[in-house]
Amino acid sequence: METVWFVLVALMLVGYAVFDGFDLGAGVLHLIAARTDAERRQLIESIGPVWDGNEVWLLAAGGTLFYAFPLLYASSFSGFYLPLHMVVWLLLFRAIGIEFRTRLDTRVWCDFFDGAFSIASILLIVVFGAALGNVMRGVPLGADHYFFAPLWTNFQPGAEPGVLDWYTVLCGVVTLVATTVHGALYVAMKTEGPLNARMRSAVQALWPVLLVLSAVAVPVTVFVRPQLLDNYRAVAAGWLIPILVAAGLAGIFYFTRARQERNAFLSSCLYIAATLGGAAFALYPTLLPSSGNPANAIDIRNAAAGSVSLSAGLVWWGAGMAIACGYVIVVYSMFKGKVHAGYGEHG
Amino acid sequence: MDDALFVHRIHFAFTVTYHYLFPQLTMGLALLIVALKTLALKTRNPAYDDAARFWTRIFGINFLAGVVTGIPMEFQFGTNWARFSQLTGGVIGEPLAMEGVFSFFLESTFLGMFLFGEKRLGRIGHWWAGFLVFTGSWLSGFFIVATDAWMQHPTAYSRLPDGSFQVTSLWGVLANPWAWLQYIHTMSGAVVTGAFVMAAVGAFYVLSGRHDECGRIFVRCGVIAGLIASAFQIFPSGDLHGRYMAQQQPATTAAMEALFHSQAGAPMVIMGQPDVERQRIDNPIAVNNALSFLIYGTTKAQVAGLDRFPKQDWPTNIPLLYFSYHVMAGLGTMFVALMLTAGLLLWRGSLFRTRWVLWCLMLSFPFPYIANTAGWMTAEIGRQPWLVYGLVRTADGFSSNISAANGLFTLLGYMGLYALLSAFVLFLLYRQIEKGPESEPAAMEGGA
Repeated sequence: METVWFVLVALMLVGYAVFDGFDLGAGVLHLIAARTDAERRQLIESIGPVWDGNEVWLLAAGGTLFYAFPLLYASSFSGFYLPLHMVVWLLLFRAIGIEFRTRLDTRVWCDFFDGAFSIASILLIVVFGAALGNVMRGVPLGADHYFFAPLWTNFQPGAEPGVLDWYTVLCGVVTLVATTVHGALYVAMKTEGPLNARMRSAVQALWPVLLVLSAVAVPVTVFVRPQLLDNYRAVAAGWLIPILVAAGLAGIFYFTRARQERNAFLSSCLYIAATLGGAAFALYPTLLPSSGNPANAIDIRNAAAGSVSLSAGLVWWGAGMAIACGYVIVVYSMFKGKVHAGYGEHG
Repeated sequence: MDDALFVHRIHFAFTVTYHYLFPQLTMGLALLIVALKTLALKTRNPAYDDAARFWTRIFGINFLAGVVTGIPMEFQFGTNWARFSQLTGGVIGEPLAMEGVFSFFLESTFLGMFLFGEKRLGRIGHWWAGFLVFTGSWLSGFFIVATDAWMQHPTAYSRLPDGSFQVTSLWGVLANPWAWLQYIHTMSGAVVTGAFVMAAVGAFYVLSGRHDECGRIFVRCGVIAGLIASAFQIFPSGDLHGRYMAQQQPATTAAMEALFHSQAGAPMVIMGQPDVERQRIDNPIAVNNALSFLIYGTTKAQVAGLDRFPKQDWPTNIPLLYFSYHVMAGLGTMFVALMLTAGLLLWRGSLFRTRWVLWCLMLSFPFPYIANTAGWMTAEIGRQPWLVYGLVRTADGFSSNISAANGLFTLLGYMGLYALLSAFVLFLLYRQIEKGPESEPAAMEGGA
């Protein structure tokens, strides 16, 4: 039962990364690649009807985590106290940037909101990447399974690391590049004209960087926490995951060249999902490793809620998520197709 | 400010109080907008469409502010109240996860269609989008109230060997009588806010001689909804909730009324300041036997005073609890008086000539916000010293791994950010109200 919920929580997080990933990535390119006011409006329109729903994946994942693994929720949210509150502040700035930009149509304010949207998007991606890095590396859990991570200590991934060290910063950078590519592919798929062309050249420029960074990140992760290979040693089928990651990367490259925008974007979804899936597979059954004494780690057994709660929850959770997926299909098919520059209404 | 428990309590209190300024308006307005859109469909009068569009724009701004200030609430259970979350996640994690799965996806999907899809969806389709946004937001309200209700009156749980709670029946959590009493009281409170705000904007237009037709619709709709909701707020919802509370949380009821000594024929204090040291009320104005009557339906009934309970179980801030409750109840009574006056004049057809009543309607919109806030303060301060009534103390629930300084740092951060957010929101609302309801419906649908 705990394993089922481990998979479900992981799926929610993958859902968040794939969906909100593209609108975060669009935010990175907002200042650089969209130059005129019309292009920026075009970019925001491409994510306008969906970004809020994409963010719901984060909230729903948080709620599911709280319910299924209360100890993990309590320990990690309090341990990452400072970065999490900063995430909330950035989400606030970003929402103000997107929504208020369209409601205050004066030049000065547009610049302000463009900046808020783009900078908050960049910082959010880096923080999420660093957070993933922290989970891979482990945190200084005490015997009561609690910890408090300062923002940084000596930038070394030792026994008493901060949230930021050289390894987690590397994770943040990899995530930034991957998410930017993801966002660029989405915006390219949704737009035409110069914005579309610039998005495609952004992908072509960033793709080699992403390839190198992905190739570097894997051995470095194993160096930081060698135990992460254990599951791959035990279950050979696990090696399918890195193959999927590579397939996603190759697909991005191939389909972008072939100008099949939709397939290129789907390849990027595959790349992100497989990368996170690979991380989850490596961690299982651990949820949050300990950087010190391994006995303090949080795993699916010591963190799970009571089994009565968990089995009853499968019913309503399954029904609820099935309905939610229905909404996602409705909203994406309703706003499908390209948006046009300077066109008033969505879609 | 170096006491971590105190900082974490203020942290939650400040962020949740600020947050609830927005949902109380959007939940109330959602119902009123659906009503306006229904009228528009029925009467084919385009003024109702203008009215609905205007309030949809106001709704959109407030909804956004509600979403961005709501995210920190879900995070704070873990960040600032970790030990509480660890103990109770197996129970309250359930309604909170259900809120995410059942209402957030619903709301976010149909909000986009509701705000920007009027042309694309057509009249009927757009009515449904509005209706589903209304459903999503009221469902969301229910899950939150059910969470709070479990903390006020825990039901359907068992405890594991490590002290943590787990659900024995989900139905038992959702059908908690406390949840339903608190839910109807909360939701009609939200309708009171929505109605007062609508009537205030309408009165402003009528008094200033602009947008007269829409202004009159706003006043009419606001006064009718305001009268029904503020009457419902006192009877039956407030009455039922109060009596159930006296049964389940007698110490809280005694503290709300500042009844220090148990007595038969207990009085209801209308005004006066509780002196907890000397256990008496200074400058009291009281109605004899009224409290006994309200709780038990007979003037002679014995009502438990605070002397019946050990001091460590008394609510921790009796004066603040007492004042919150009295502000809520006092304002609630005045709402009925104002709306009854306006309603009678409306019925006789002279409301729009009676300028002083329009002035009262225009100026009274802040008071439902105060009354709703005071009501929640009554519920939450009244639950003290417990997080889960009778089972988990507040002092045992906060994140002991977070220092007071870190708590203070993020609290100050929220204060600064919310000041900025308030400035933006007020400015945008001011612009919408200046622009008025009849401005170029098609062009306003642009943008994200």
